[in-house]
Amino acid sequence: MGKLLQIELFKIFKRPRTYIAFGAIAAIIFLMQIGLKFDGKAYFDLLLGNVAGSFDFSDEFKVKLLNGYLVCFYILNTLLIQMPLLVALIAGDAIAGEANMGTLRLSLTRPVSRTEYMMVKFGASVIYTLGLLIWMAVLALLGSMLIFGTNDLVVLRSGGIEIINGFDVFWRYLAAFGYATIALTVVASLAFLLSVFAENAIGPIIATMSIVIVFTILSEMNIPIYDTTIKPYLFTTHMVAWKGFFYIKANGEGTAITGSIANLPAIMRSMIILLAYIALFLGTAIWVFRKKDILS
Amino acid sequence: MAVKRIRLQKTFGLLMGLFLFFTANTQTAEDVIQKVKAKLDKVNDYEAKGKMKTNVIFIKAPIATVKVYYKKPNQLRIKNESGISFIPKGSVNINLSNIFLNTGGFDILDLGKEAGTGLHIIKLLPKDENSDVVLSTLYIDEVKSVIKKAKTTTKENGTYELEMIYDNYIDYGLADRVTFTFNTKDYKLPKGITFDYDDGSKNEAPDKLKNKKGKVEIVYSSYTINKGVPDSIFK
Repeated sequence: MGKLLQIELFKIFKRPRTYIAFGAIAAIIFLMQIGLKFDGKAYFDLLLGNVAGSFDFSDEFKVKLLNGYLVCFYILNTLLIQMPLLVALIAGDAIAGEANMGTLRLSLTRPVSRTEYMMVKFGASVIYTLGLLIWMAVLALLGSMLIFGTNDLVVLRSGGIEIINGFDVFWRYLAAFGYATIALTVVASLAFLLSVFAENAIGPIIATMSIVIVFTILSEMNIPIYDTTIKPYLFTTHMVAWKGFFYIKANGEGTAITGSIANLPAIMRSMIILLAYIALFLGTAIWVFRKKDILS
Repeated sequence: MAVKRIRLQKTFGLLMGLFLFFTANTQTAEDVIQKVKAKLDKVNDYEAKGKMKTNVIFIKAPIATVKVYYKKPNQLRIKNESGISFIPKGSVNINLSNIFLNTGGFDILDLGKEAGTGLHIIKLLPKDENSDVVLSTLYIDEVKSVIKKAKTTTKENGTYELEMIYDNYIDYGLADRVTFTFNTKDYKLPKGITFDYDDGSKNEAPDKLKNKKGKVEIVYSSYTINKGVPDSIFK
């Protein structure tokens, strides 16, 4: 299994297109950091505009506000919506790519079961996803900390503002990246499942993205009838739960409680739902593949 | 003879006591204001250290370690040394000298004593029609010559309320604890911008977020008085 995994990883990382995702992430993060460095104050002025009548926002306040933690939060907010495409590029190619090249039947002549073969293929996709997230963490978090420095993190929610002490932020990012790995693994497993049905990688990649886009739109729509009927069951609703690590508890006087998470059970529930999706997609993919008549 | 002298001393003491009692109770509002102002005028500048607690319905903020800088006549700066704090507009009014700054002078209205507390209630109406302050109501402890409570109504920023508790720096009219209450406007950002995660937390109803009072409380641990504060601090 270990040797097989090594071979799969070698195949993934030997392809030049694998690095397109790493390059794209680096380019987007770098452009965002440059933009925020030069025009970030104006952007956050806009966001804080409706409380500007009640509070004084000095230049010093704006410099402190625009720190590495906030920049990283802003990047993750934007980038984690695009990340599924980059994950689907590899996971959607895992089986369909072999079928397209006509090497699938040959691969299965080796003395490994189909289940093992699928587990290895999926494991390689998960490692690739993890690699992307580590790359993103290094650039978005550590890079922004270097460029912008660190300070308290101000989280702007639709109904309120939360201020988290600077020393209480880093572990939240570690937790958030850990959660994001699970969230993106759901996308990988979906693309992997669709890959089993196709003879060409383009189909599963486009199908995965279409599903993610439609589900994301449904998750973000504020239509009451969907709030209880559809939204709780969409994996995209739970993929954004990483933000829950940045929602803090407050005491009766509105004072933020350091080290707290507003609703940890909700995050855990979301995580369990995502893990169930991974099990469902992966289980179905293995089940279908085991029954499949491999002709290519 | 000795008994007569003692009786005379007692009578004199009693008369003096009565004199002082009536003198103290017959202070005019102007006298009370002048005494308070004289106390505050002893301070040219200060740098104070303290802890600031923010209580605004739409903000969750930790207790912040702040430094408060003041310089005559009306420069005041609250600075969070290590982190980020939302400082309310009009916080310059936590410096009580600001109340007496009006160059055009005031009409003073004496409303007598507040039932229960015995605080002297005095209203100040600025004579200058262009003044931003419309009315200040002061609740003064006339024995200690300090303002315990103040309400200031402005043209631009609504009404501010101040409550002070004095202890170590009462000789300078500087409070150990100040509570500043101010008007807040409603806060709302579109969900399309924030992409909130709905964690099932109970959010405040939107109408509850509107036009609520916010409160900032500063508990001072120390003041450094009249040692000079550079102008650059206030820029």
